[in-house]
Amino acid sequence: MTTKTLDKTAPAHVEERAAVTIEVNGKPLEAKPGEMLLGALRRAGIQVPTLCNMEGLFPSGACRMCVVEVEGMPNLAPSCACPVTAGMKVQTHSQRAIRARKTIIELLLADHPDDCLYCVRSTNCELQRLASELGVRQRRFSGERRRLKEDASSPSIVRDPEKCILCGKCVRVCEEIQGVGAIDFVGRGSKSQVGTAFDESLNIASCIYCGQCIVACPTGALREQSHIKEVMAAINDPEMTVIVQHAPSVSVTLGEEFGLKPGVDVNGVMTAALRELGFDRVFDTGFSADLTIMEEASELAHRIKTGGVLPMLTSCSPGWIKFVEQFYPEFTKNLSTCKSPQQMLGAIIKSYYAEREKLDPHKIFSVAIMPCTAKKFESGRGEMLHDGVADVDAVLTTRELARVIRMRHLDFHALKPETPDTPFGERSSAGKLFGASGGVMEAALRTAHFLLTGKELENLKVDAVRGLKGQKEARVKVGDLEVGVAVVSGLQNARKLLEEIRAGRRDLHFIEVMTCPGGCINGGGQPFTTDTEAVRARMQALYAIDRDEHVRTSHSNPAIQRIYSEFLGSPLSEKSHHLLHTHYSEREVLT
Amino acid sequence: MSATATEARNDAIEETLAAYPNAGRDSLIPILQDVQERLGYLSREAIARIGEHLGLPASKIFGVATFYNQFRFQPLGKYHIQLCRGTACHVKGSLSLLDAIRQELKIEPGQTSKDGLFSLEVVACIGACGLAPVMCINGEFHAAMTTQRVRMLLEEYREGAQENV
Repeated sequence: MTTKTLDKTAPAHVEERAAVTIEVNGKPLEAKPGEMLLGALRRAGIQVPTLCNMEGLFPSGACRMCVVEVEGMPNLAPSCACPVTAGMKVQTHSQRAIRARKTIIELLLADHPDDCLYCVRSTNCELQRLASELGVRQRRFSGERRRLKEDASSPSIVRDPEKCILCGKCVRVCEEIQGVGAIDFVGRGSKSQVGTAFDESLNIASCIYCGQCIVACPTGALREQSHIKEVMAAINDPEMTVIVQHAPSVSVTLGEEFGLKPGVDVNGVMTAALRELGFDRVFDTGFSADLTIMEEASELAHRIKTGGVLPMLTSCSPGWIKFVEQFYPEFTKNLSTCKSPQQMLGAIIKSYYAEREKLDPHKIFSVAIMPCTAKKFESGRGEMLHDGVADVDAVLTTRELARVIRMRHLDFHALKPETPDTPFGERSSAGKLFGASGGVMEAALRTAHFLLTGKELENLKVDAVRGLKGQKEARVKVGDLEVGVAVVSGLQNARKLLEEIRAGRRDLHFIEVMTCPGGCINGGGQPFTTDTEAVRARMQALYAIDRDEHVRTSHSNPAIQRIYSEFLGSPLSEKSHHLLHTHYSEREVLT
Repeated sequence: MSATATEARNDAIEETLAAYPNAGRDSLIPILQDVQERLGYLSREAIARIGEHLGLPASKIFGVATFYNQFRFQPLGKYHIQLCRGTACHVKGSLSLLDAIRQELKIEPGQTSKDGLFSLEVVACIGACGLAPVMCINGEFHAAMTTQRVRMLLEEYREGAQENV
């Protein structure tokens, strides 16, 4: 699979050359020669609307929303694909440009269902927003309505092709960022639509359920498979004890749904909200992230000591697991056998906790709040059932949780922060780091160092694996051993690395893979944003928590120490294997 | 379909691909054309194998193939109908011919009837405007067609097929 990536704001080959001056709306503007006009405009804070543009990818020029008037050019130029030249004169909001944009929206609306009142993206839809901003107040063009079937076959994602405006962002994110290519344009002209190979339903395609297409989609053509009904039914069932866990990245993104700026940690308020909603216990998946680290670091140490299969690959990200099972089945033996934190906590709740609290596991309804749509798929995997009891019964995305909070009309800003329930509300800040790319690695290195040498890592902060870069590598001294580690996010990056290993690369012991670029903070279930800076702020929020808290390693979490002494024995014990580990198998799909 | 037929089709695909060693995405359309030339259509297996050969997802191969009118995804019928929808034929009423064929055979352009007898292809202009409206079955031209004559003609072919059994 080939990928073209081009950083439009600063292409490498033009970086060295001197800046040029252009004139925008009558004012001078500094730009880098050869960069695309849109990048220069955005840096200067001049907003030109786009529907198809994707940061970091080659411009496709499909939607034409970003057209501007350039002096000397007979036609309007799409600023996303128009290289800057010295002295060019640009009008971004001339009457002609605005009229062109408005016409584009009117044409897109010609065959749009217009059922905004009932649409999951209402008030949050880019098409709706642009129609409003450009003053579209009537249906100027009436096209033939396409009658296309909704595809609700997938456990994670629902596709409603009638709402699709063919911007192509889902196709590009799937192929170029995730290296999957489950969908593409099918057909031509007025009959084109986005579909899978042979127009099959999504559940039998190579889709890995990551939901990056949902986040990329400007309209309601893609959404998550909702579990809200099941959760509300359980809460209203007096027989059921409804237990909720929330993933590390959720508390630093949920606030955005209620108007807070990206990167504000709302953990306490979220806990209060979850109690108000009627959940009987509120636990933190960060606890089982710590548990994962205990098991995974022990597994790594064991593999290194006994000459097991290396490099070991992390197994927390269910989209990545499906990716390996279908594209690289020979690497399933490299995957850590650890279940993900979601499934570990689910299994512990229905065993250890049920026993302790004298609850019937059949009467526990276990809910996970996740940044992720693939977690819905994961919770339904056959391997995650024990004697007919599922580890986790329902998964809500961050967005769905926000919807439930709004439905309950809770004043998010007036809620008083509360603390989670014991014993699974206790986590280390290492567990919290799981929410960002590199976080699992950092947490694992802290604990692996302790397990292998008996001493704490000198500097707990491992800078080399932090940040938003798609591929990060480091060599870390653990006692006498130099451990080679790599961290990748965005599965196209994982694909590249696996190809290197296939071709004979041998210097890596441990690789962390997160499906979504930047990790769970940018997951397919997170609040909509197309802004890298927002993702960076979410990441910084997790780093701030790690900087400020006292319990910074998984093995020093008292609740973890307790569960091993009271219940599990030691990492990789028989009980651990039964409850906390899983297996993988090759998956036949049309790739 | 018998096992040997499947094998023969797979061999045809492999032979075609062997003519394109180390090919990239720029060879996609020639390969699709060659495979269709050999098989008469693009089978699921063909699309999956071409994708594998070129390192492209099957969705991309399917996407490209559905963009072009020339590619079909069902085997050709015993009788392949090419209906001209060029300007002259259109003016002379070829749309009603198309409707008649659709009704008679219960197939859309690009499809093959359930009994495997007929497949239908719509051609932009077949280059016989003097014979408009014209249709062509297995290379044989039928001029100045009417809906009634279409029905009769299809019936003739059906009977012919039965006699041959």
